[in-house]
Amino acid sequence: MQRSAATLAERNYFRGHAVRMSSVSQTFMKLFRGSSGPETIPAQGSQKFTRRSSGLGELTRIWESAEGLCVLDLGSTSPTNIRHFTEHGHRIYSEDLLTASTDPELLIKDEHGIAALDSRKFLADNLVYPAAHFDVVLCWNLPDYLDESLVKPVVGRLWSVLKPGGMLLAFFHTRDAGPDSPCYRFHIVGPDTLEMQRIVLRREPPRGPAGAARTAGSDGFQLQRVFNNRHIETLFRDFASIKFFLARDNIREVLVVR
Amino acid sequence: MSTPASGLAQIGKSVFIKGELSGSEDLYLDGQVEGSITLKGNSLTVGPNGQVKASVEAKGVVVQGKLEGNVQASDRVELRKSAVVTGDITTQRISIEEGAYLKGKVDIHRTDTK
Repeated sequence: MQRSAATLAERNYFRGHAVRMSSVSQTFMKLFRGSSGPETIPAQGSQKFTRRSSGLGELTRIWESAEGLCVLDLGSTSPTNIRHFTEHGHRIYSEDLLTASTDPELLIKDEHGIAALDSRKFLADNLVYPAAHFDVVLCWNLPDYLDESLVKPVVGRLWSVLKPGGMLLAFFHTRDAGPDSPCYRFHIVGPDTLEMQRIVLRREPPRGPAGAARTAGSDGFQLQRVFNNRHIETLFRDFASIKFFLARDNIREVLVVR
Repeated sequence: MSTPASGLAQIGKSVFIKGELSGSEDLYLDGQVEGSITLKGNSLTVGPNGQVKASVEAKGVVVQGKLEGNVQASDRVELRKSAVVTGDITTQRISIEEGAYLKGKVDIHRTDTK
């Protein structure tokens, strides 16, 4: 697990593509992750707190003024969110992609013999929806915690299942957040207010023939990388527009429009 | 965790059924079922050991175990904290306990009662 975390930090997310992560970022990530792997943080599963979200505020104006929207929530199953959208007369789809990415059957070795996740199998089992199906996708902090091999394919699939003009909300950590930033689930408790609840895994991460699930430790999901603004723009380059909201808690909120 | 009420039709955890399951009384299911379950006007409870791979049509559905398939409930659906549900849910009312897992759509069909 420690080795794979360090390997992840050193691997280039944009491998094989024109845009490559700068050496400065790579050096930073080595320092950021360290050579000894993540430290254990005591589980605090019931810990919750709220934060204001400008991105959510913008989306709220949409779902309060429209009817019958189709919303995809990619975080952990949230009864609060399901209630929120169904009470507004919208249809909500819930799909916990981070948990799905820990399926040991996804583990393969790439052409260099490095453990990776099979993105084709992942997309065959997950995010299987008709094209242009959703008005809103709530990505939350998924890109920061999802395995590197899945991020770009997942964003590509999200582009295809969003309607033209549809919106996607995602959160990205800044460098100041630190490598051990816990992974949260997000509950919508107000027009621009989110309740954050730390995700604590209930059981040991599943293991496959190539090793343990790479993004999950015993204390929860681990931050995989930090995107800078240019990386985020590149990640969503197929989308029509992108808007950044800088928050005080070392989080950049990103609202993209297909 | 709720236990089946006495007098309730039950399918125990050692029972495996493949095919169409239908009835006109409430059912507590703690075994395995593959196919379809139709209990129009009655309720289905999938117990903690229950593993269902079936489309479900009932008045009410309570899930404590695993359910894979679409659920159509004319009244309500309850997902308890141990529930693992993969499939679309269509119902009038839904309650989901903290910890339940759902992969699928929730569609609330409201009927106006005046």
